[in-house]
Amino acid sequence: MSIDRIFSAASAPAIVFAIVFTMVFSIVLVVPGSARAQDLVVRAGTLHTGAGETITDGVVVIEGGLVREVGPASRVDIPDDFELIEVPVATPGLIDARSTVGLSGAMNQPHDQDQLEGSAAIQPELRAIDAYNPRELLVTWLREHGVTTVHTGHGPGEIISGQTLIAKTTGNIVDEAVFEPAFAISATLGEGATEHGRKSPGNRSKSVAMLREQLIKAREYVENKASSEDGKVPSRDLALEALASVLAREMPLIVEVHRHNDIMTALRLAEEFEFNLVLAGASDAHLVMDEIKAAGVAVILHPTMARAWGSSDMANFSFTTAGKLIESGIPVALQSGHEGYVPKTRVVLFEAGVLLGYGVDHRQALEMITLAPARILGIDDRVGSLEPGKHGDLALFDGDPFEYTSHVLGTVIEGRRVSDKVR
Amino acid sequence: MHKLLIAALAAGLLLPGPAVADLRAFAGATLITIAGPEIADGVLIIEDGKIRTVGARDGVRIPEGAEVVELDPGSFIMPGIVDTHSHVGEVSGGDRSGPIQPEARALDSVNVRSSGITRALAGGITSVNVMPGSGNLISGQTIYLKLRDGDQIMDLVYRFDDGSPAGGLKMANGTNSIGEPPFPGTRAKSAALVRSAYIKAMEYAEKVADAESEADRPARDLAMEALGEVLSGKRMVHFHSHRHDDLLTAIRLRDEFGFRMVLHHTSEAWRVADQIAAAGVPVSLIMIDSPGGKLEALHLEAKSAPALEQAGAKVAFHTDDWITDSRYFLRMAAMGVRAGMSRDAALVAMTQAGADMLDLGDRVGSLIPGKDADFVILSGDPFSVYTRVQETWVEGRKRFDLDDPEDRLVAEGGLNALTDDDGAGHIHGQGPHRIHSGQGAGR
Repeated sequence: MSIDRIFSAASAPAIVFAIVFTMVFSIVLVVPGSARAQDLVVRAGTLHTGAGETITDGVVVIEGGLVREVGPASRVDIPDDFELIEVPVATPGLIDARSTVGLSGAMNQPHDQDQLEGSAAIQPELRAIDAYNPRELLVTWLREHGVTTVHTGHGPGEIISGQTLIAKTTGNIVDEAVFEPAFAISATLGEGATEHGRKSPGNRSKSVAMLREQLIKAREYVENKASSEDGKVPSRDLALEALASVLAREMPLIVEVHRHNDIMTALRLAEEFEFNLVLAGASDAHLVMDEIKAAGVAVILHPTMARAWGSSDMANFSFTTAGKLIESGIPVALQSGHEGYVPKTRVVLFEAGVLLGYGVDHRQALEMITLAPARILGIDDRVGSLEPGKHGDLALFDGDPFEYTSHVLGTVIEGRRVSDKVR
Repeated sequence: MHKLLIAALAAGLLLPGPAVADLRAFAGATLITIAGPEIADGVLIIEDGKIRTVGARDGVRIPEGAEVVELDPGSFIMPGIVDTHSHVGEVSGGDRSGPIQPEARALDSVNVRSSGITRALAGGITSVNVMPGSGNLISGQTIYLKLRDGDQIMDLVYRFDDGSPAGGLKMANGTNSIGEPPFPGTRAKSAALVRSAYIKAMEYAEKVADAESEADRPARDLAMEALGEVLSGKRMVHFHSHRHDDLLTAIRLRDEFGFRMVLHHTSEAWRVADQIAAAGVPVSLIMIDSPGGKLEALHLEAKSAPALEQAGAKVAFHTDDWITDSRYFLRMAAMGVRAGMSRDAALVAMTQAGADMLDLGDRVGSLIPGKDADFVILSGDPFSVYTRVQETWVEGRKRFDLDDPEDRLVAEGGLNALTDDDGAGHIHGQGPHRIHSGQGAGR
């Protein structure tokens, strides 16, 4: 790989920058040899491992797509025949804890908006893999900004809008991209689930009544199936099957909820039906932290720059919520969320950066978009930090990842350089 | 921020009111004057709402009786930010009854007690062009506001030389103003309707000019009068436009009727930057950090900022609040730098360039003696993510202070932070600004 190749698609100022940059940092060395496609060494002036360590002149050795060794250059044995990338700063590949990209598209036309199906209020049988477009521009955009893993799928807007998946931000077909094809069921409480002008649900109580009714039906469905004699097995019901996996704690219920009393409703439902609850959005989380913490529930917080103005459910929206949740010990990750208008997605790198002025330090901000979401999504055995045995996923930068004026230099997924754009 | 009142509070200075000399010196910060190089360890002296002195500490004599505010080293003072395009104050303009409504005035709709005004101050903004939306070819008269303390709209307006409230005229092309009749269905029809309106206005102006007596004058026509102010050059056209061909259509209309114009948003300016620069049209850019959401803005790219700068066009930034929150104005300029714009151009684009586009360039936009004492105290470099707006001053009065709990609430959010004083309207999700519903008043 040559310098030309790396910056081939860059804009003119970026190229000027790249040339200067290269003179200073000698960005890439090409070493001929028998390197395999997923063997790679990344050497960074500052290496944030995401595992609690920041290494000066750090090296990550990736073999066969997995991290083999991480440490200071002085102590790591750098294989001669692996391709070597040198950059000023590297972090673990970023994880977007919740998005709709791939189901929602940049054009914002009916034909590229599959994140919400409005024909019924409760449709847990809708699978994200049947709608995910791995070539969508918005997916590419996230990848070019260092995001390597995205939890995406059906978004907020109905009581139960459907299922979600977890994917790498690469791959030409859904099977190549996905590594958790059916991760969670997406639900909404509060104004978001009642605002469509339909007759029902018209308010909060009705929404919850409808949700409880379905969960009870799912419980009965499981019981009937288990107790039925041969020949009398109830016919399959895809919706109840999906809810049954929530009741069996095989899938979490991710509830988009903002107002404090709706957060309490979500906690009450989780207690009644004993499912794994993840709170999403959660603008008012700072008002009910004790309760959230006592319930042991994680929060996938709204984007920092979400446009709260105009939403009664988000009247208490604050840039300081993330810092408060972290301080209280509640697991918290950041999401790009869902945007209905311009821009059509957000980027967790930017959302985390803005928090640095509001009570979140650099390490915490990075954790909110790497290891914390990996833990909440239950994939921290594979991604979220640079440690031996985990995926060789990295984001590469020319400076402080969170500074407005820094650039993303590239993205690595499982030892493959999947983006060379300067962003 | 640690502040030290060093000296010299003459008893008389403690009395409120404009009749008493109000003399203050801010020392120790780096001054971004816009009019010249940045001044490290500078002193800014303000008196009676105006800037009196700007210079380095060792070259400036602080007058006796001045209240001296010693700022942290590392802090910056820059001119108050000029937002050339915003929808704060729950503004409205022309309605859905027709595509051309120059008679509708933004000033008749702005709620100056809206939290949007305070959000703007929290973002370092001191002057705002509050505009009607882009759902009409001509959606009405915009209003230029100075964010001074006031109970009602007339307390905040800038004024033309004749004393009338100052503002421009909002126009739009492209898809927002296309619709069912009486709205145009195509781009060509859009341009035809606009041309017809201006031709009519020219004829009206001629009749007024030619009238030899009061009885001769045509009956007053508010729409024609407003367009006449555009044709005479008094009122600037603020033209919403995204696609490269639409940008050139706007320039063509300007050339035909000779009006003064600023292009706004200009998603595809990077495709026609040379033509825009050659036409001498200033551009007010919105910087959106991610793509999508609207077909005609699909090719919006941050590289428009450096492309226009390099082509030689005058560039300002705007929030289009609520599309971009006013509290993130500095971030928007920083994203321009990220895309390759020079630091100097990005600073000018937040201040003097915007002031010029609102014909306010001789009053605000830089730190030079005689200009209004509108400025922002920043905790650090204006383009750093770690920097916070500490204080915003308008005409020598502190209008935002991060250390004030109420101001801080608006700056950071929190319990009922975004609830407006009147407690009505959009806060209950009934208004036109619902965000999750897709279309908005702005872009």
